[in-house]
Amino acid sequence: MRLGLVIDLDVCVGCHACAIACKQWNASGMTGALTDYEPYGAEPSGVWFNRIRSYEVGEYPVSKTINFPMSCMHCEDAACVTVCPTGASYKRAEDGIVLVDQDKCMGCNFCSWACPYGARELDRATGTMKKCTLCADRIYDQNLAVEDRQPACVLTCPAHARMFGDFDDPESAVSRTVRERSGYQLMPELGYNPTNHYLPPRKAKPIPIENLGKPGFKEKLKTFVNKVVKR
Amino acid sequence: MHPAFSVIFFTVSSGAGLGLFALLVLADLFKLGGGLSSQALLMPGILAIFLVGGGFLSSVFHLANPKNSWRAVMRFRTSWLSREGVFGLLFFPFASIYLGLAWLAPESWLPVRYVFGIVALLLSWAAIFSTGMIYACLKTIRQWNTPLTPANYLALGHFSGVLLLLAFLPQENQGLFVFLAIALLAVAAFLKAIYYFWIVAPHISSTINTATGFNRAKVKLLDQGHTHGTFLTQEFGFQVARKYRLILKAIFFLIAFVYPLMILIGNPTQGGMVIATISALLGLVVERWLFFAEARHVVNLYHGAQRC
Ligand code: SF4
Ligand code: SF4
Ligand code: SF4
Repeated sequence: MRLGLVIDLDVCVGCHACAIACKQWNASGMTGALTDYEPYGAEPSGVWFNRIRSYEVGEYPVSKTINFPMSCMHCEDAACVTVCPTGASYKRAEDGIVLVDQDKCMGCNFCSWACPYGARELDRATGTMKKCTLCADRIYDQNLAVEDRQPACVLTCPAHARMFGDFDDPESAVSRTVRERSGYQLMPELGYNPTNHYLPPRKAKPIPIENLGKPGFKEKLKTFVNKVVKR
Repeated sequence: MHPAFSVIFFTVSSGAGLGLFALLVLADLFKLGGGLSSQALLMPGILAIFLVGGGFLSSVFHLANPKNSWRAVMRFRTSWLSREGVFGLLFFPFASIYLGLAWLAPESWLPVRYVFGIVALLLSWAAIFSTGMIYACLKTIRQWNTPLTPANYLALGHFSGVLLLLAFLPQENQGLFVFLAIALLAVAAFLKAIYYFWIVAPHISSTINTATGFNRAKVKLLDQGHTHGTFLTQEFGFQVARKYRLILKAIFFLIAFVYPLMILIGNPTQGGMVIATISALLGLVVERWLFFAEARHVVNLYHGAQRC
């Protein structure tokens, strides 16, 4: 198996719900707690497995805002694992999940240097490296209903921008979606072969903003109402 | 990259110690400059072991979780950090036994002493090389991912080592070592100059476009998604203005190469050599600081950098 995520950049609304759900689940999960530093202070900071950034692609007026969630990509060629001197970082043979053994990590930060995607964060309270576990303590849980055996971020996403599945199976939903929607990997030139894939935004007609022609009756009515009604 | 002082101290100190020890063994094996007496071997040898030991200690305290540091030898097969640890740890017994034999053992033990010396020599080369490879093996940092990195570590380690050795030698014994020091200085300065020209030359590198996958349009960061710094911004966000980098490079070349060279060519006294050595070591601290400060990790692309 090669488990990972597909993230649909076409529909992600940048609500950060996945990051919150991730933090909630993993704070008490296998590598918890995820320490916060000064959570109510002037400079709040802390450990997160999942971060969402927003970018503007293109230039006004032909531009688009893209919300960009990133967590560990569970790379096939994970240099974070090969550089780790203690053996705390490992990639599971059975499902490809990359994990950090909290009992072995010495907090040297070397693995975070080797990760291009900023997926690893040191927890200053425990002195150990923490990262996305792909909710390994959830996806196999026999006590959960089958449809709930998915990472917390995937279950919570209100826009259904996240999918979880096995990339080794060419007919799995994730493999098919990546095929059909030209899903891609980030920074392929570094050769890490990340498992997580991103779906590009679908092509959409630009919304015209200039030379709109003569306004129709509806437009005239709108302009009239806007003039009459003072806000 | 954030320049952590413990790592700067570690690499400068252990590099100088290992370089010094390698040169001591070479001088002993090949009778360089007429060979060093066992007394002349002893003091610099002990200093070398202390420099390496002090460096290793400082690197252990740099860890966030030092109690697991013994595990660092576990992944010798894949990790350069692990290899550095193993070579460094093995260096201590071999180096100490070699020195002990030089001090106490009778002449007939010479072959045994040489065997320990050669092993310590190979281990010190392997350890310096591994230190360089820790940085050079990272594909995420273009400025480090080059054969120049281990070459620089080896050259600077031996250069600072030969200066330390000269600081121990009385003026009449310096002879050949002065020439050796000038040669090593030339190699180190030349390699470092190549490196500095190389990192500012235009490169094909990762960009914000390859990082996000939007290759056909301009990409601009709108929101980092956090209100204050994170581990990523603290560890990788560090930057210095170009102007200060240039000034620091000039200072480094002056105090690490130009001043020691002036002392070396002017028939150096032992006192002069001590000052030149201290000056060079301070220069290497500046060099190491810059080595970190100039490195740009690709994760900065996600925080808005256009290229790395
Ligand atoms: S995303 Fe980073 S931490 Fe995760 S497997 Fe890849 S290199 Fe390792
Ligand atoms: S911080 Fe921990 S997991 Fe990362 S390389 Fe060091 S020992 Fe390994
Ligand atoms: S929960 Fe879904 S929509 Fe919200 S930021 Fe995460 S991926 Fe995007």
